[in-house]
Amino acid sequence: MSLLEIHNLHASAAGKEILRGIDLTINPGEVHAVMGPNGAGKSTLSAILTGNPQYEVTQGEILYKGRNLLEMKPEERAWEGIFLSFQYPVEIPGVSMVNFMRTAVNAQREYRGLPALTATEFLRLMREKRAVVQLDNKLANRSVNEGFSGGEKKRNEIFQMAILEPTLSILDETDSGLDVDALRIVSEGVNRLKSAERSSIVITHYQKLLEYVQPQFVHIVYRGRIVKSGGPELGDRIFAEGFDWVKQEFEG
Amino acid sequence: MSSYQQYIDLFNAQRALIDEHAAPVLNAQREAAAEVLQRVGLSRPKDYTHVDPEALLAADYSLNLSRYAVPTDRSDLFTCAVPELSTSVHYLVNEQLVSHSREGDDGVFSGSLREFALRYPDIAARYYNRLAMHDEAPYDVRTQSTNVTAHRPLGEAALNTLLCQDGFVLYVPDGVVVERPIQLISLLRAVEDFMACQRILIIMGEGAKASVLICDHASQLRDCKLLSLQVTEIFCAPYSSLDFYELEEHHADCRRLSSVYVEQHEGSSAAVGQYALTAGQTRNRVFIDLLGHDADTHLYGLCIADRDQQVDNITYIRHRAPKCHSDELFKYVLDEEARGSFVGRILVQEGADKTDAHQTDRNLILTPQCHMVARPELEIYADDVKCSHGATTGQLDPVALFYMRTRGIPEAEARLLLMFAFMGDVIDGIRIDPLKDRLKHLVEKRFRGELTQCRTCAIKK
Repeated sequence: MSLLEIHNLHASAAGKEILRGIDLTINPGEVHAVMGPNGAGKSTLSAILTGNPQYEVTQGEILYKGRNLLEMKPEERAWEGIFLSFQYPVEIPGVSMVNFMRTAVNAQREYRGLPALTATEFLRLMREKRAVVQLDNKLANRSVNEGFSGGEKKRNEIFQMAILEPTLSILDETDSGLDVDALRIVSEGVNRLKSAERSSIVITHYQKLLEYVQPQFVHIVYRGRIVKSGGPELGDRIFAEGFDWVKQEFEG
Repeated sequence: MSSYQQYIDLFNAQRALIDEHAAPVLNAQREAAAEVLQRVGLSRPKDYTHVDPEALLAADYSLNLSRYAVPTDRSDLFTCAVPELSTSVHYLVNEQLVSHSREGDDGVFSGSLREFALRYPDIAARYYNRLAMHDEAPYDVRTQSTNVTAHRPLGEAALNTLLCQDGFVLYVPDGVVVERPIQLISLLRAVEDFMACQRILIIMGEGAKASVLICDHASQLRDCKLLSLQVTEIFCAPYSSLDFYELEEHHADCRRLSSVYVEQHEGSSAAVGQYALTAGQTRNRVFIDLLGHDADTHLYGLCIADRDQQVDNITYIRHRAPKCHSDELFKYVLDEEARGSFVGRILVQEGADKTDAHQTDRNLILTPQCHMVARPELEIYADDVKCSHGATTGQLDPVALFYMRTRGIPEAEARLLLMFAFMGDVIDGIRIDPLKDRLKHLVEKRFRGELTQCRTCAIKK
C-alpha cells in the first residue's frame, strides 16, 4: 500500500487558488524532491499535508496509510507520523523547548498506547537526539526558537524530527539560509532517519541538499500542478538550466 | 437614595455596639468616615470599568458587629502545609483574626489590629486611616491637571473605616529584617449574605524588611453572597523593603472591593502583587505614593477570568519625588463572557526629575464575548524623565498554535501552554521564590480548570 496518495488536489488561501490539481504517490522508503519556482505552490502543499487551517482544500483527496488525511486534525496527523520542518520555524516565548517537546512526545505516546516518558527518560532522549544535530544544550533550555539564529532554528527542526521519528517527513526549504557545515549536519540528521518504512518530501532550491539525501524522485511544481516528474537527472537539469524550459514546455 | 445610607443608619443605631468591640483608635475615625461617605458617596462604574460598588453595596448584607466568635476551631478550619515557604501563618476569618497575635523580642508585631491598637494606641493612631482618609493630596499640581475624582477619598474605604472593628497588622520596627515571609490566610465564611470589613495595616520602620503574602479564600456554606470590603494601608519608611502579594481565590458569588494604599519614603522598595485567580466581581484599587527620592516600586497584577466574572484593576502611582523608579505590569486572560478593565495612571509631579516609570498592560481575550478595557494614563509635569507605557489586547497566536499542533500537541494543551507562557513574566516578578513556584502551579491548575481552592492551604470546609 502507498504511504501517501494525493489525487487532483485543489487548494486555496484567502480565496486565491494556489494548488490546481496535484497528483502524487509516495511509497514507504521513498525520498521525493519537490522543486519549482517561487510561488508555484510547494509550501502550500506542505501546509495542506499538515492541516494548516489557513488553507482550504476545494477539491480532491489525500489518502495517508489508506485513511482520509483531510479529516484528521493537525495533531492527529503528527501522531500518525507526519512531520513538517517549517520553512520559517515559529518562536514561542515563554514555552521552554523541554516542556514543548515533552508534551509533544507524551501526547504521541498516549495516542499509541504507550506510557508517558519519565523526566529522566525524556532528558536522556533529548540528550541523545541533540547530539545528532549538534544543538547546543543552552538552546534546548530556552524558549522554543526564541533568540535562535536562522541556522539554529533549522537545526532545531531536525532535532524535533529526530525525537518524533516521523513516518513521512516534509522538509520545507530546510536548507535555505544554512552554511555548508550546518547543511551537512542537517542532512546527516535526515539520512539517519531513512529506513524502508520512512519516506520524505524534500522541498528545495539547492543542489547541495539533494546530493546529501539523494531522492529517487524529483517533481517540478509550476502554477499549482506537478508538471514534470522524473529521477535524480531531472534535478540535475534544473540546477544546470533553471526552470525556464519547464515553463516553456508547460505553456507551449 | 444611595445605598450607603443604610450603613450610616446602621452606624447611628449601633454605634455603641460597634465601638464596644473595637479599639478607641478605630472608633475615633468613624465620625469623619461618616462625613466623607456622605460627601463623596460610593463609586459608580465609569464607561471604562465594570464593577459597580454602589450597586454591590445596595444588597442587604449581614455584619458581625457583636463579634460573635466564628463557630469553628482554627485547627478545624485549616491545615496549611506550605513547608517550602516556611511562613509564619496567621488566619483571618471574615474580619476577625482567629490565630494569636505574635510579638517578638525584636519588637515585630503581627496579628490583630484591635489588639495592636489597644496595646500601642500612639503608633496605631499615627498610621491608622491616614492614607485611606487623607487621599485628597494637598500637593501642588497645576490646577488644570487635577482630576478631582482620583484625588478624593473613596466612599468604599470610608465605609470600611465606618464599620471596621478588627483586622491584621504587621509592625516592623526600624532596622529589623523579618526573614520568613508572613502569610495571612483570609477566609470569607458565612451562611447568609455577608459583608466583611477587612482592614490591613503594615508599618515598615526605617531600613526594615519583610514580605507578606495574603491568600483570600471563601468558604460558602450555603448559597449566599459574600462581600469583602477591604482597605490596606502600607507605610514604607526610608530604606525599608516590603513585598506584598495578594492572591484572590474566591468563587463566583464573591464580591470584592479592595483599596490598597502605599506610601513610600526615600530609598524604600516595595513590590505589590495582585493576583486574581478566581473572582466573582472584583475591583482592586492600588494607590502608590512615592514621597521620597530614590524609592522603587514594582506593581504586578494578574487576572484569569471566565464565565461572567468581572475584574477591574485601577492603579495610580504618583511620583512626587525625584529619582524614583516604578515598574508596572498587568496581564489578563479572559475567557467565555468575562469582563476586565485596567486603568493605570502614572503621575509625575513637577520636580520629580529623573523619574523612571514604566507601565505595561497585556491582555488575551479568548472569545468574541469577552470584553477588555485598557486605559493607560500618563501625566508628566517634570522635564527630565523616562516614562513609557504600552497596552495590547489580542488573541492567542494562531501560527504558534498550528506549529505546536504539528508536533502532536493537542489543541487544548497548546492553548494552555501559550496562556501559561503569557503569564510567565508577571509571575517571574515575584521576589519570593517558593511563592513564584506555587503561583505557577496555581495558574496552570486554574487554566486547566482544576483549581477549586489553593491546595496548599487545604482549607477544610
